[in-house]
Amino acid sequence: MCGIAGLYTKSPALEAQLGEQLARMLEQLSFRGPDSAGVAFYRDPAPEGWCKVSLYSPAVDPGWDELSVELERAFGASSPPSVRATHATFMIDADAERAQAWLSERHPELRLMSAGSSIEIYKEAGPPREVIERFALEQMAGSHALGHTRMATESRVTTQHSHPFSTGLDLCLVHNGSLSNHNRLRRVLQRKGIRFQTDNDSEVAAGYLTWRMREGATLEQALEGCMDDLDGFYTFAVGTADGFAVLRDPIACKPAVMAETDEWVAMASEYRAIAVLPGAEDAVLWEPEPGRVYSWGTAPVA
Amino acid sequence: MAAPDATRDALESFDLATGTVRELNRRLHGPAHPQRLRVLNPSGRHSIAVGLDGPHEVEIEGHVGYYCAGMNKLAAIRVRGNCGVGVAENMMSGSVIVEGSASQSAGATARGGLLVIHGDASARCGISLKGADIVVRGSVGHMSGFMAQKGTIVVCEDAGEALGDSLYEARLYVRGSVTSLGADCVEKEMREEHVEQVRGLLARAEIDDADPADFRRYGSARNLYHFQVEHLGSY
Repeated sequence: MCGIAGLYTKSPALEAQLGEQLARMLEQLSFRGPDSAGVAFYRDPAPEGWCKVSLYSPAVDPGWDELSVELERAFGASSPPSVRATHATFMIDADAERAQAWLSERHPELRLMSAGSSIEIYKEAGPPREVIERFALEQMAGSHALGHTRMATESRVTTQHSHPFSTGLDLCLVHNGSLSNHNRLRRVLQRKGIRFQTDNDSEVAAGYLTWRMREGATLEQALEGCMDDLDGFYTFAVGTADGFAVLRDPIACKPAVMAETDEWVAMASEYRAIAVLPGAEDAVLWEPEPGRVYSWGTAPVA
Repeated sequence: MAAPDATRDALESFDLATGTVRELNRRLHGPAHPQRLRVLNPSGRHSIAVGLDGPHEVEIEGHVGYYCAGMNKLAAIRVRGNCGVGVAENMMSGSVIVEGSASQSAGATARGGLLVIHGDASARCGISLKGADIVVRGSVGHMSGFMAQKGTIVVCEDAGEALGDSLYEARLYVRGSVTSLGADCVEKEMREEHVEQVRGLLARAEIDDADPADFRRYGSARNLYHFQVEHLGSY
């Protein structure tokens, strides 16, 4: 069992409260996933021609300031690190592919959590409330965000095994469910050049989406492909630069509820995580149909 | 839907914004339970009003989470909102009325009583039904009536894929379309006694805009669960 939450704002007032509201949703989902939590925030887009990366280091002193100097030397310009607990984000005057290649070559000890123009990923093992506080998530503004609370069923409880998983530039995946063909599919994807950090099943789903989109599929096509190529149970939420998408497997053992008001669109594993949002009592509510891709934001799956 | 009740505000109430579900259920189970109780601010909490064992009335003002009214016996429970997974699961008797929609496995394994859902019910409505009556004003999702043994499911709109898969002796009535029938589920003749049964259930559910004669009946072909003597060698 795990908990998923997604919140997409339609007003600047709510953008300022994005972290606070997402934190409230995650707290309601704590009992579905008490061992780890993670979020992806879409905020502060990098300037034109720049990229943004989120990095994780378990080291006591990861040397983020030194890294910033190195990045500046390599690419001409970089922002100072924006540090939250074990994670730091940087804006770099380079395209994301170049920055990622440089980071993996020069700093293999650092884990790249996300790359793109506006995505930032923060995740850790620990009870959701503690993770929220460690990263000071309640203070974060943004246009939209996804969150996950994990109850591990098939692989270890570590930062790297937590969700969200990056699936490409400005894309990430959170998953509630379990996949049974992930070992075989991981080997297939590895042969196609997709790299994995863990033995986690959900990371394979993220890798699958990355591969399909690298081969030219739209997000919608890649998600529809999940129904043929993934064996198991899932409710997926995929964060995109402009919004998010949701898919439940055709058998639909894993729950999902969606809601919309004039101020926001939300999805969650359970209604109780939506009930805490402002104006929830007047929201239009529905249960997403099995095997159908839903999406918000401008043309994220076109 | 019930007309607004002028006496509602005067009723005794329990506010889940300040009390816990466990306190609520304890109060409903206790010997001095109120005859009629309004539950305020359910906010999607699970296991509200489960295991009731007396002919009292509970009105829940809002959306509830999983397993609301589970194992209900004798009580009349009304939800003025939507329900999460497994509303009225294993109900024994009494009634559960949902004014909104219900998530998966509504009325699962219910043995008796009446479950009415005024909106839609999603997948596996009435799974393993064992004798209760379920009336859905809207549509039901896939695999509804899966392995249902006894009782009735009346669907005023449509049914999703694999209706009545591996069905035993429950009766299924659907007014609208059926995406597909499950293994061993077949359409059967709608005789006068069946029209009368639907008429009676619609009346009990207080649904008056559906003509009982418009429903079609589905039941078990009884091929799947019978011991086939000619297959003796392969058992």
